[in-house]
Amino acid sequence: MTDLLYSEEEEALRAAVRDLLADHCDAAGVIARVESDAPHDRELWKLLADGMGLAGLLVPEELGGQGAGHREVAVVLEELGRAVAPVPFLTSAVVATEALLAGDAGEAGDLLGDLASGRRIGALAVALNLPADSAYKVVRYEDGALHGELTGIADAAVADVLLVPADDGGLYAVDASAVTVTPQVSLDLTRPLAKVVFDGAPGRLLGDAEPAVRRALRAGAGLLASEQLGLAEWTLTETVRYLKERKQFNRPVGGFQALKHRLAHLWLEVVNLRAAARNAADQLATGSADADLAVAVAQAFAAPVAVHAAEEALQLHGGIGMTWEHPVHLYLKRAKADSIAYGTAGAHRAALAELVDLQAP
Amino acid sequence: MTDAADLRRRTAELLAAYPPATTDRLDFLRARFDAGLAWVHYPEGLGGLGAPRSLQAVVDADLEAEGAPDNDPRRIGIGLGMAAPTILAYGTQEQKRQYLRPLWTGEEVWCQLFSEPGAGSDLAALGTRAVREGGAWVVNGQKVWTSSAHVARWAILIARTDPDVPKHRGITYFICDMTDPGVEVRPLRQVTGEAEFNEVFITDVRIPDSRRLGEIGDGWKVAQTTLNNERVAIGGMRLPREGGMIGPVAKTWRERPELRTHDLHQRLLKLWVEAEAARLTAERLRQQLVAGQPGPEGAGMKLAFARLNQEISGLEVELRGEEGLLYDDWSMRRPELVDFVGRDAGYRYLRSKGNSIEGGTTEVLLNIVAERVLGLPSEPRTDKDVAWKDLAR
Repeated sequence: MTDLLYSEEEEALRAAVRDLLADHCDAAGVIARVESDAPHDRELWKLLADGMGLAGLLVPEELGGQGAGHREVAVVLEELGRAVAPVPFLTSAVVATEALLAGDAGEAGDLLGDLASGRRIGALAVALNLPADSAYKVVRYEDGALHGELTGIADAAVADVLLVPADDGGLYAVDASAVTVTPQVSLDLTRPLAKVVFDGAPGRLLGDAEPAVRRALRAGAGLLASEQLGLAEWTLTETVRYLKERKQFNRPVGGFQALKHRLAHLWLEVVNLRAAARNAADQLATGSADADLAVAVAQAFAAPVAVHAAEEALQLHGGIGMTWEHPVHLYLKRAKADSIAYGTAGAHRAALAELVDLQAP
Repeated sequence: MTDAADLRRRTAELLAAYPPATTDRLDFLRARFDAGLAWVHYPEGLGGLGAPRSLQAVVDADLEAEGAPDNDPRRIGIGLGMAAPTILAYGTQEQKRQYLRPLWTGEEVWCQLFSEPGAGSDLAALGTRAVREGGAWVVNGQKVWTSSAHVARWAILIARTDPDVPKHRGITYFICDMTDPGVEVRPLRQVTGEAEFNEVFITDVRIPDSRRLGEIGDGWKVAQTTLNNERVAIGGMRLPREGGMIGPVAKTWRERPELRTHDLHQRLLKLWVEAEAARLTAERLRQQLVAGQPGPEGAGMKLAFARLNQEISGLEVELRGEEGLLYDDWSMRRPELVDFVGRDAGYRYLRSKGNSIEGGTTEVLLNIVAERVLGLPSEPRTDKDVAWKDLAR
């Protein structure tokens, strides 16, 4: 049976990440950063990757990583979600890393070591909205060079190396210096997308694209649920705190039953999300035969809950919730973008229909 | 200290002395109680051994493997889940010795005389009176929604013993003899056609003071023990995937492709996901309890299952189309057991409407989550310091 609790080590990891984020990733700082041309927080990433070794959690020790697993990654993502931290953890340390883990040693192994150490940042060059079982766009491979254009690539703006599927079925490593990366104006300011143009960029073959992309997107979807959990938890906690303080009609707003019931419903959704996300992380960690199902359940459940939590937070904060200066909008934008990332809830429900034999008409 | 190995040894001894195949059911259950293997966390001499509650599963598994009879916990659920923990916490030694053994073996069924026509969610507003006359209390009033009253030997009863103090303070907790001629049980037919509940009319029933549980005027505090145990019951449940209400509808979907529509497919998948998430939450709660870290999640599980049962059974009626327009049987029955899933989809739909009312309405439980889990302020109370007799009614 799946282990749905947190171990003592996982709680210690959570505490360490939370402390670091409390000191280095406050909401005002994130807002100021997204207003600049450089929304990513490279210093924070250095602290997480270099200082704590988090970039290599999924990488075996012999390849320079921590040899931890998806359960630990999930705990880190909960904390990063709680802070809407603008760092490429999910894209580089999870999705790009999983794609490399699917390949042979050699080229992929060297890159894994680089990514694990945080010396380089990787990004899988597949549009962020795609679920694991869908067709993805490829570039043209000709005489050792790649040609074409890909859009919707998350965190490409800070990537040092892109993992690119090509029309010959291979996955290629391409240095960012050899391509043109143009930021797209993104709904989620803290995980921006970019367009990447390949104009004869040299690529080093890593292996077959198909299994690598599938594996990467599946892990991305399953673990994204933990980020959504952290995000939903923050919005619930902040809203409860605000409603205990905010007074109208000469009493705390949080004492009105109409609002209490909404928050109690939200709490129940978050509690259920925790079990679903924990289940996905554990099943991915153990390589269970049920992992596909656990991922589909977690992602079909997580997206509506996280969006609902953020929307409720905005509404229940009243006017201040609608302002740029209050951080709730960062969470709403992340939650809405997350609801599309690695497949919508509907896409995961469709996958589930196949997995549990509940066929469409 | 009693550990798992010790419990297994005692269980083996019980099975050797009373082979299930050749022992009368009741004799076996009595022997099991006397061996302290009924509820291992209860004290010695009262059906237990003072062992950790989680070790009960060890005993149960060994007994089940040998085909030992069980005490049909569903039939005696109110006694086991509510009366017993309250008697254990507040009863005198004599009361514990008298009531717990026949309660556990099922020889005596219990019911709960709490709710009244005018006091459901606002239970402390109850008006059933108990007036002291010498060594006894004379009780008059009416109770309602009483499951099992028609088969019960005993009832736990709360009644007002002091109308001159605020409502929570003037209540006392009693054990009522259901065979007393002043107790009249009338079936209360419900939306399903069944009469699973009863109205109970109490006229000049004399309850000896020796059947009072707790101090005079402390009934509300004692009742909290009962009510908290009522809501804990769900936590230990372990369901397989599709183990709840979603199971029958998924089965129908698979076996009857001609019933499928796109709209129903979307709704079914959404509910399937929600049911699986709720199941995982119940499992997580169970793991927390086993690990000795109980969380507040239990407060929410009844809310989740009530809503899901209602939506899923409602979907199933629609899925069945022409069949959904039919109902298996409207004749009035008085079942001994509450049956949530045993009959057809129409019955499940109607019965599940009670899930958000019985054992605390959804609205009251949401308040409890908001106030006790999230720490939000309570609504202003205008009745807190007013004597019960002065409250508007």
